[in-house]
Amino acid sequence: MESLIPVLILALPLAMFLILGLFGNYMSHKWAGIIGTTSMGVVMALCYFVAYQYFFSGAPEFVDADGNRLQFIVFNQDWLALYEKLVIRIGFLLDPISAMMLVVISTISFMVHLYSNGYMRDHHGVWEKGFQRFYAFLSLFSFSMLGLVVATNIFQMYIFWELVGASSYLLIGFYYTKPSAVSASKKAFIVTRFADLGFLIGILILSFYTGTFNFTDMTSAPVAGMDNVYQVGMAAGSIFQNPATMSFLGGSLLTTALILIFIGGMGKSAMMPLHIWLPDAMEGPTPVSALIHAATMVVAGVYLVARLFPLFMFNEANGGFALEFVTIVGAITAFYAAMVACTQLDIKRVLAFSTISQIAFMMVSLGVSREGYHENLGYMAGMFHLFTHAMFKALLFLGAGALIHAVGSNDYTAMHGLRKYMPITHITFLVGCLAIAGIIPFSGFFSKDEILTACFGNNIVAYVWMSLVAGLTAFYMFRLYYLIFWWKEHKVHEGHHAPHDQPWTMTLPLIILAVVATFAGFIPFGKLVTWNGEPYTIHINWTVASISLTIAVLAIALATIMYKKENPLPAKMKNAFPNLWRWCRNRFYWDELYMFITHKIIFNGICSPIAWFDRHIIDGTMDAFATVTNKASYAIRGLQSGKLQNYVLVYLIGALILGGGTVAIMFLFF
Amino acid sequence: MNIELNALMFLIPSLFMFCCGIYGFITRRNMIAILISLELMLNSVDINFAVFNRFLFPGQLDGMFFSLFAIALAAAETAIAIAIIINAVRLSRDADVKDLSKMKF
Repeated sequence: MESLIPVLILALPLAMFLILGLFGNYMSHKWAGIIGTTSMGVVMALCYFVAYQYFFSGAPEFVDADGNRLQFIVFNQDWLALYEKLVIRIGFLLDPISAMMLVVISTISFMVHLYSNGYMRDHHGVWEKGFQRFYAFLSLFSFSMLGLVVATNIFQMYIFWELVGASSYLLIGFYYTKPSAVSASKKAFIVTRFADLGFLIGILILSFYTGTFNFTDMTSAPVAGMDNVYQVGMAAGSIFQNPATMSFLGGSLLTTALILIFIGGMGKSAMMPLHIWLPDAMEGPTPVSALIHAATMVVAGVYLVARLFPLFMFNEANGGFALEFVTIVGAITAFYAAMVACTQLDIKRVLAFSTISQIAFMMVSLGVSREGYHENLGYMAGMFHLFTHAMFKALLFLGAGALIHAVGSNDYTAMHGLRKYMPITHITFLVGCLAIAGIIPFSGFFSKDEILTACFGNNIVAYVWMSLVAGLTAFYMFRLYYLIFWWKEHKVHEGHHAPHDQPWTMTLPLIILAVVATFAGFIPFGKLVTWNGEPYTIHINWTVASISLTIAVLAIALATIMYKKENPLPAKMKNAFPNLWRWCRNRFYWDELYMFITHKIIFNGICSPIAWFDRHIIDGTMDAFATVTNKASYAIRGLQSGKLQNYVLVYLIGALILGGGTVAIMFLFF
Repeated sequence: MNIELNALMFLIPSLFMFCCGIYGFITRRNMIAILISLELMLNSVDINFAVFNRFLFPGQLDGMFFSLFAIALAAAETAIAIAIIINAVRLSRDADVKDLSKMKF
């Protein structure tokens, strides 16, 4: 494959960022939107072309003689040559997961670009302030995310990883005059930066001991020999030759490195206990939530684990526990987020917690993936779920955006009974809910079933636990659905228009995504994306599938009983478990815990003493120098009389003393 | 009476001139008087040059040249000093050095 198209995929969004960012104010709002959307459409077409070429062309660089898919580096350009053995490169790696991610990112990004044309103006068609800036940031994000998934080496990934964090910060804080948006953007940035510290240390350990940044060398090393490695630290690949003896603070070195890297992924993917930024990130415009905080950026952590998966496997084979760590973090987070989602009032918060829970599903899926059971079914299932989740969660978020736009509030108590007013939004939202709940023909069923099957094969506890979470998922999604569209008749206030479906720019993406969310489950995913590129036929395990279907149907039935018509049942439930309800409603007080730790312990215990030391000791020393000099010069300033003859007199006296002194010394000593 | 000329016979008046110059430079308040004192000091130095040349290195003329050189310099310096003094007088309507205390701290 020539490298022109891959270069264009990265260069076009970057160019759009520069054009819209620098010259956006000279364009009309309409044209800025059209240009941004069109260029994203072109990028989407190019990504589809590349993915099509990769998966279906059967070219020898993509598929070997046995039909296994290969990793192919389209280009790998030296970017920062520190010295001949340590070169940081920017390149374009094509393999099953990066080709899949190209499709996901470009599709969702295009939908969001299109949708924002309608969303970012009010009912009278007046454009939001900073509309061009919004499109510029969207382009920046698309560029960074595409660069992240095609990274050929872990350092390139880290660079783009930070770039998506920065564009996420910019977009969450898009309404920068709103204090809550500003603090949410700061929170997101600080929490993810904090996690990225772990990522960076992990990268340094890993690349020091493997002697390479390249994913291809790093991940193929445990399987094949170490070819084409430039040595940066220890003997190249020493971590693979004797993984048992390489230890760090008493633990296995590779395990430590992988867990540190995973902590970076936890920050981006909002795993507990670093999840606190994602619900607050909903302060950003809703299309941004759909693009960044539901479909693409937050799955970067999953993608990272998938990218380094051979290393995790190698670690597992040598007695490490990195994959168990991933599983446990994922399982706890999935359950926690599902619990919290059952009690939230703000529809975007419900969707945010649902996102956390679903990403945790993917993490668990990767964590339980073992070679022994269906050739790493979990890996394929996690990637499959990543794909379907991106589609239906973007659909749900864009639907939520349409509702918020129509009603003017995030709170579903202001919605109730909207089904007659917004039929398209209603149907597409229902499709999204059915997909996430895992009802049979919809895409979520297939991917979730694969995940549960993988859990079942690995660990019965994980299976039961995740089935429970799946049930909770169906329950809270349908609770949300009924509370928005049913519950009671919608009350239209005097002097307000009745809510109605939004313009075509907003409904078209909903319809497209609904169609994708319905049929994506029939993609033969096992043929396309597997951990080692070997095609694999998915067999639906009907035992697991029927159990999970039953659970989902029961949960939906329960939600129907409780929330379809206005009734006292939910209030009774709430009063039956007041403490549980309160803890869930307040997200188990995680934010308060963080506030306590940062404000009470860190600020008072560490920061204040340091600030005192800085102000009094360091500044004090410097101030003392200045004060002494000042005082001393003030005391002797009388000498500078300005009278020439005084100076001469002093000079004369000095000269006489020196002369007399010299003469005296000569007499005394010679 | 045949008096043998020696260096001291020239150096002592020269020293006296120099001390007069210093004294005048420090005590006089009028800038013209200060300038005259300065000239007095310069002239005593010129005398020293000529005397040392005559008594220490009789066959050479270096000291003499230095005297001439210093006289030329003194003339130039006087011109500059007079110019400064004229400007100072224009500012203060007086040639008194105590009015020139702008260089105070």
